Amino acid sequence: MDPREMTGAQALIKSLEMQRVEVMFGLPGGAILPVYDPIIDSSIRHILVRHEQGAGHMAQGYAQVTGRPGVAIVTSGPGATNIVTPLADAYMDSTPLVVITGQVATSSIGSDAFQESDTTGITMGITKHNWLVTDANDIPRVVAEAFHVATTGRPGPVLIDMPKDIAQATMEWYWPEPSDLDLPGYHPVTRGDPELVREAAEMMLAAERPVIYAGGGILKARASEGLRELSERTGIPVVTTLMARGCFPDSHPLCLGMPGMHGNYTAVTAMQRSDLLIALGSRFDDRVTGRVDAFAPEAKVIHVDIDPAEHHKVRRADVAIVGDCRLVIDELLMALDSLGLPHSDATRVGSGGTPSDAAPGAPAVPGSPAASFPRDRVDLWRAKLGEWQIRFPLVYAQTDAPGELKPQFVLETLRDATPDDTIVASGVGQHQMFASQWWKFDYPNTWINSGGLGTMGFAVPASIGAKVGRPDKMVWAVDGDGCFQMTAQELVTASSERIPVKIALLNNAYLGMVRQWQEMFYEERYSEVYLSPDLPDYVGWAESMGCIGIRVESPEEVGPAIDKANSIDDRPVVIDFRTDASEKVYPMVAAGASNDEIIVDPSLMRGDN
Amino acid sequence: MSAYGIDKRHHTLTVLVENKPGVLARVAGLFARRGYNIFSLAVAPSDDARFSRITIVVDVESAPLDQIVKQLDKLIPVVSITELAPSAARERELLLVTVEVSPETRGQVIQLVGVFEGKIIDVGHDRLTVMLAGSPTKVDDFEDLIRSYGIVELQRTGRVALPMLERSDDRSNLSAKVLGFANHTEKAG
Repeated sequence: MDPREMTGAQALIKSLEMQRVEVMFGLPGGAILPVYDPIIDSSIRHILVRHEQGAGHMAQGYAQVTGRPGVAIVTSGPGATNIVTPLADAYMDSTPLVVITGQVATSSIGSDAFQESDTTGITMGITKHNWLVTDANDIPRVVAEAFHVATTGRPGPVLIDMPKDIAQATMEWYWPEPSDLDLPGYHPVTRGDPELVREAAEMMLAAERPVIYAGGGILKARASEGLRELSERTGIPVVTTLMARGCFPDSHPLCLGMPGMHGNYTAVTAMQRSDLLIALGSRFDDRVTGRVDAFAPEAKVIHVDIDPAEHHKVRRADVAIVGDCRLVIDELLMALDSLGLPHSDATRVGSGGTPSDAAPGAPAVPGSPAASFPRDRVDLWRAKLGEWQIRFPLVYAQTDAPGELKPQFVLETLRDATPDDTIVASGVGQHQMFASQWWKFDYPNTWINSGGLGTMGFAVPASIGAKVGRPDKMVWAVDGDGCFQMTAQELVTASSERIPVKIALLNNAYLGMVRQWQEMFYEERYSEVYLSPDLPDYVGWAESMGCIGIRVESPEEVGPAIDKANSIDDRPVVIDFRTDASEKVYPMVAAGASNDEIIVDPSLMRGDN
Repeated sequence: MSAYGIDKRHHTLTVLVENKPGVLARVAGLFARRGYNIFSLAVAPSDDARFSRITIVVDVESAPLDQIVKQLDKLIPVVSITELAPSAARERELLLVTVEVSPETRGQVIQLVGVFEGKIIDVGHDRLTVMLAGSPTKVDDFEDLIRSYGIVELQRTGRVALPMLERSDDRSNLSAKVLGFANHTEKAG
């Protein structure tokens, strides 16, 4: 037999090996059975999930911490529909995923066969592209195309639908050259237009109240180093969106933190008063802009994005540059050179090192970037920002009263008790906002959450995927009780695969964010938001899934419980923190309101903080 | 005035796509999920077997043309997009209509078809089927006039279009704007 002859299933697995896939997350079933056979002989680690949604979110967590595409493999019909949510999530957050779904045999397609669904049709609007394979000879080329599309340009999820008979058919193995890819309509632009870059650089030097509005594109483009240099050399402060937390160190003096609906006062108001927004890999999401026609009314806009369709979609840009953030930032730095902006290390005052001393990926050592070209103008602006930071900090008050364990206190304690490069995954809701606000993100790719789609239940599987991708790092999931109940079964996966993630469950017995809205905007009429603190018994549930379960009810128990969790490295740990349900996330901009109408913590308005 | 009248809302996009299964669904699905209105749509193989050409007349009041074009361009099987403003395009459309005729009106209908350079392609006892190809305005006018005789059935194909040819060396009159984005960067005007 010709050694190059193999089945479609073997060709698929071999193609994944050729793409240097190390791990895939999946669950077998009828239509994908032929593909599962060669997995036994493959170098690729397969992690057997308990629900296909878990496979998708694990692949997302893996992708977000490694920068490599996450791979998930599921069967047809319900297997495919169960992974629709992760696909939609990855599409919103531009996460590179390659999802392989089984499909009924080509002769049965369209006949309402058992476990048939129109997977490519269902996922058309939530994938960057998808393929229905109709010839086993196409498999290597389709896999190569899928990885290329998922990882280049604006990254995103792709799907390969593999009918059972195609997986069983024989083909002659080959591996395509890049020129063999059949993608005549796909040519992402990565370098910025030099004239526009120069214009942008001139605007940056002329601005009086500039703000860099850094989005998830910075992380996708691995542009953190360049961003720091750009900010330090120009003295321009940086806000980091929910998708970009960690792309610029929170401990850096030029970092203003998170803007948006639950952003801090200074980040929100800096954008509102700005005369120049430099949007780098961010997309003017409604959770950032608030009411669009009242957003940053005096600001000119430079918008750098690899996806030209993001330009002018929400906010008209004065200079719109299509390109990869890392390359365009490098071009901006060169343009600033040619405009005479001195280098930061030449102008830096000696206060503990320069960025060039730091190891790659390390945060900037806090210190004041010294006089740079536009400094006089920008200094006044930064003084103003400093006043706001003092006047409107993030606040909460931990009391000794029973039953009033504050979620912010838990997060501060957790933050201080874990390594600085700990990876944090979160679900969606109050706990997500508290985590983003109170954690200190100093390293890129250490914060994983569902930003665009807002998928409850994201944290547990995403943290497992992250730990698989970065076994060397400590991984904590910060989850709510509502979220936890949606995907907790994946802790069985984590226990059986020995993936020691740690879950900080902020259990306030409510769908907390919905409760907050009902309290603030529906006259405290609480409709279907109560969950009960001890049904289920989270500790018992955790133990039954092979995890260590710990319950914490008072502030003094928080530190010891975390220390115990940190000492366990052979199985997952769940800490059930019984937190105060009345605690609300502040600041807040109500949906549809202008960012000028930001509501800060009531204690700041009373002046009793 | 006809409901089919051309106005500034309608721009013609000729979209060259890979000739693969499901591509029309991708294009139509994009319009549906982003809330863009399609005014008319025509699909046919192009002169290259690998590609098909979709001619879409879009309603630019439903969304900015710039967004429609860029979102279309993100579809992987879309190879290129040419935008034709109504004033810069040679547009044609085909109409088939079956119309009621009586002994009194038969002659009038045949005469009207003659004036519009249409063709009678089927004849029944009390009906005629007429074919007319022409600019959308001409087809609109014919439809208005034939309506009074009693339309039994009417079908229009939707527009196809090619850019107007240049008549001088003046390149600034180039009528078609090719939006490929291969080296595309842009700036607000």
